[in-house]
Formats: sequence, structure tokens, C-alpha cells
Amino acid sequence: MNKTVSRTVDCISENCPMPLIKTRAAILDAEKGDVIKIIGTHPQSFEEIPMALEVLEKNILEKGQEKENWYITFEV
Amino acid sequence: MEDKKATLVVHSGDFDKIMSAFILGNGFLSMGFSVTIFFTFWGLNALKIKGFNKAPLSRMNFFGLGRYIIKKKMKKYNVASLNDLAVNLKKLGGKIIACTMTMELMGIREEDLRTDLVDEYGTVGKYCYESKDADVALFI
Repeated sequence: MNKTVSRTVDCISENCPMPLIKTRAAILDAEKGDVIKIIGTHPQSFEEIPMALEVLEKNILEKGQEKENWYITFEV
Repeated sequence: MEDKKATLVVHSGDFDKIMSAFILGNGFLSMGFSVTIFFTFWGLNALKIKGFNKAPLSRMNFFGLGRYIIKKKMKKYNVASLNDLAVNLKKLGGKIIACTMTMELMGIREEDLRTDLVDEYGTVGKYCYESKDADVALFI
């Protein structure tokens, strides 16, 4: 991934529905073209945040695992 | 995405049901829906100042012991508090309407309710008007 992350949102150890809420809040605060990285541990959110991004038509640039945490990087 | 909308009626004043309403509301907002929640009857008690602290569990409340245990477990499992969920719902643009007819029936005045949560006052007409183009409508 070549694009620079403009904001990282820490959702580590947070449970449903906070990772989803924080993702949406970050999108609302961002400007078009910003790159946001969400980091978390809640397993269902790793599945469900991409669902929200699909509905919101945001492009996922990268997702995966870093030690115990997952991450999702997308463009606003 | 085309405009999507969810409207919810919160009739219950039970802690767990109000929590479900706020979780669903936040979930829909996170997916780009607009969300309106209409509070009526026992649900209005939750909008009172410190109302979240007094809401009983729908089952196994045991005079407040059940609620105490659930709140402890919520902390243990990092589940957001009712207040955090409500504040986030507002932050994401959720709208809250308080039913004035049931406020009169239950002796609740506007100054009893949290002004940081309530956007509008109205009755069934307002809720139905809000719901005319809703994709999802739930009664809790």
C-alpha cells in the first residue's frame, strides 16, 4: 500500500458496537481522499466494518493481522 | 449509496431493551442510514436526567441486583455504557423524538428530560411522517 495513513483509530479491546461507531465517526470527520486505519481486536468487527465500508462505498486498501490485532485501511 | 432510513419506537423502559435500541440505532448510522428514535411510554423514563441509571432489567432485575451484575459484566467485557451509546448516536447524527402525549400521561415535563439527547417533541403523526420513507421500522 503506497498511500499515507492520515488517521489511525484505536479500537483495541473494544466490544460491539464501538469499532463500527468509531469507524463511522472517523469517516464523518475525514475529508475525501483521507486514508484511515482502524485497529482492533473484536473478531466480528473485522468482518462487519468491511460490510459498512461496502455500503458506504469506501475503498478498502489493505486489511490483515498485526500480532493480536487486526487492521483495516481504507480511503474516504 | 441511495438514502436509507431506519426508525425505531422505544416503548420499553427496560435497561436491556433501551440498550438494544441504541446499539441498533448506532449500527444503522454506521452503515449510512439516517436514524430517528421515537421514545414513548416507559421509554421516556430513560431520557430523564439520570434515567439510564434507574432503568431496570427486563428479566432477573432482583430489585436492582441484576442490573448491577450486568453493569459489572459490561465493564469486564468492555461494552460501552448506555450513556456512551446515546452520546455516540447523537454524534453520528441520530435524531430523538419524545412523545408529548405520553409525557402528559406520565407526568413528565420537558425540563425532566435530557436536552442533550432530545431533538424534538411530537406525537404519533411525527413518527409516522418520519417513517413514511423508512426502509426499516422497529418497535422495542
